[in-house]
Amino acid sequence: MVITGNTSEKHCPMKAISMIFQMVTSYGRYRAPIRCFLFRPCLYMSEEGSVQQVHNIVVAENGSDLNVLTGCTSGSSSGTHLGNSEFYVKKGATLHFTMIHAWGEEVETLPRTAVIVEEGGTFISDYISMQPGKKIKMYPAAYLKGPGATARFNSVLVGLPGTLVDIGSKVYLQAEGTRAEVISRTVSLGGEIIARGRLVGEVPGVKAHLECKGLLLHPEGKILAIPELEGRAVDLEMTHEAAVGKIDKEEVEYLMARGMSKEDAISAIVRGFLNVEILGLPAKLKQDLDEIVSESNKAS
Amino acid sequence: MLKIENLHVEIKGREILHGISLEVPDGEVHALLGPNGSGKSTLLMAAMGFSGYAVTKGRVLLDGKDITHIPINERARAGLGIAFQRPPIVKGIKTKHLVAICMNNGKIPGQDTSMRKDVEILAEDMHCRPFLDRELNSGLSGGEMKRSELMQLLAQDPRMVLLDEPESGVDIENIALLGKAINRLLGRNPEPNGKESLKEKRIQRRRSALIITHTGHILNYLFSDRGYVMIDGYIACEGNPRELLGTVEKYGYKECLKCVV
Ligand SMILES: Nc1ncnc2c1ncn2[C@@H]1O[C@H](COP(=O)(O)OP(=O)(O)OP(=O)(O)O)[C@@H](O)[C@H]1O
Ligand SMILES: [Mg+2]
Repeated sequence: MVITGNTSEKHCPMKAISMIFQMVTSYGRYRAPIRCFLFRPCLYMSEEGSVQQVHNIVVAENGSDLNVLTGCTSGSSSGTHLGNSEFYVKKGATLHFTMIHAWGEEVETLPRTAVIVEEGGTFISDYISMQPGKKIKMYPAAYLKGPGATARFNSVLVGLPGTLVDIGSKVYLQAEGTRAEVISRTVSLGGEIIARGRLVGEVPGVKAHLECKGLLLHPEGKILAIPELEGRAVDLEMTHEAAVGKIDKEEVEYLMARGMSKEDAISAIVRGFLNVEILGLPAKLKQDLDEIVSESNKAS
Repeated sequence: MLKIENLHVEIKGREILHGISLEVPDGEVHALLGPNGSGKSTLLMAAMGFSGYAVTKGRVLLDGKDITHIPINERARAGLGIAFQRPPIVKGIKTKHLVAICMNNGKIPGQDTSMRKDVEILAEDMHCRPFLDRELNSGLSGGEMKRSELMQLLAQDPRMVLLDEPESGVDIENIALLGKAINRLLGRNPEPNGKESLKEKRIQRRRSALIITHTGHILNYLFSDRGYVMIDGYIACEGNPRELLGTVEKYGYKECLKCVV
């Protein structure tokens, strides 16, 4: 298991360290790591308006099973975070990458990521953006090069007022029997969210599914869902499902008829929509996310 | 217990109920009959306070207190409960969680293990175990949906229950189960315990119900005190529920039309 963390906290990166520590301690309970080491515990932007550049290279060797957990956080300082990441999933290996972003208000984040998955390998990305900073743009690409390779991207995006979240995942299915699943759940509490997704089927017989679902909870919010499917071979099975909507009043009132307050009913529905359960998040992070959801719907 | 006074209700600007008045006293069970689309569900939904059902005139009183304009959850807290004809699917919320919330007076319970046990016992009684972990009302058969609604009501324990066709689409065995559950909900069919006489127990019972039924099958399992026939948003007739059902069975609702002013 690899733990990494980036932070733009100006003076004291304690927040990032404690966040990562929480992840390590509670994560261990979910998946007992074979070997756990702290890899670059944190990087921080020392000056306002600075540019942080990192380059990560992660290789999951043949048959290995690797969990990488990354937490990125900051205080209120401004800056730009540029990250380049390369992931190599070798034969039969599994790489599970979990990343949580909670940036300061003025931070711009522009990471670029590419993944190569070889025969029988599995790449799983669980991504949560709780506080996007001013702007976050990323569109990682996975290339399924080996037969039977699999990629799964789950994203949970919360868009706060004054922020732009432009996030998606691309998967190129380039070998026989490859599979991909890209799922995003977005909630706008006043921010702008662009949820992208692109599946490219290059050989016959591959299967892939793309799902972008958004909830708009604030009149000033904006959600743009752009699911794209590109077929370049015969006999493909690629599907997508996109929906942008608001909370169903009938559902809220149904819960209220059982005695729940309106706020609790809305929070419960939003939480259910974000479906963070499937990500198997550490309890503390789930609690943080719950708090953001409850707080924000008081305002809406 | 529940009093409805000259209630006028609009849905999307169209008046559906044109001045409904009825009263369900403490401890009584009343049945509401009427053809499809006559406004029966509308009456229950308006009494519960759902937003698509605008009360333009008249009042709803619970224990003498005007509840016409209070929020739904406050009505629930005041002791009003409803079983829906067609409950919505709520994604991401498990049935067992809502049952626990019902037991906890509408609040999200903590990690209380005794409550989890109570939820399981209740689900067992209501034959709802298999879908306790499923999302609310997702993929439930007609009968399962009705059992789930009653399970939630039993957890909630209201004093005045509104039941919208609890037996429609339910097989004979399960109607018996639902009948038993409704009696339990209303604190009926007490067993002799040697302390109080059954007569005393009967006098003490306070819980009431207003039940919509087409077939009257559910009335074979619980005694009802009064019945109404609703036609086109009016109450055309009221009286002994069995007698009303018998008449409708024999002559149809078209005879009731004559009585709508
Ligand atoms: N959401 C709605 N939008 C428009 N019209 C509605 C809506 N809900 C009910 N109505 C109309 O109101 C009338 C009464 O409907 P209601 O559901 O109360 O009938 P009901 O007596 O319960 O019928 P059923 O026996 O079929 O359940 C019908 O004409 C129906 O079409
Ligand atoms: Mg109805």
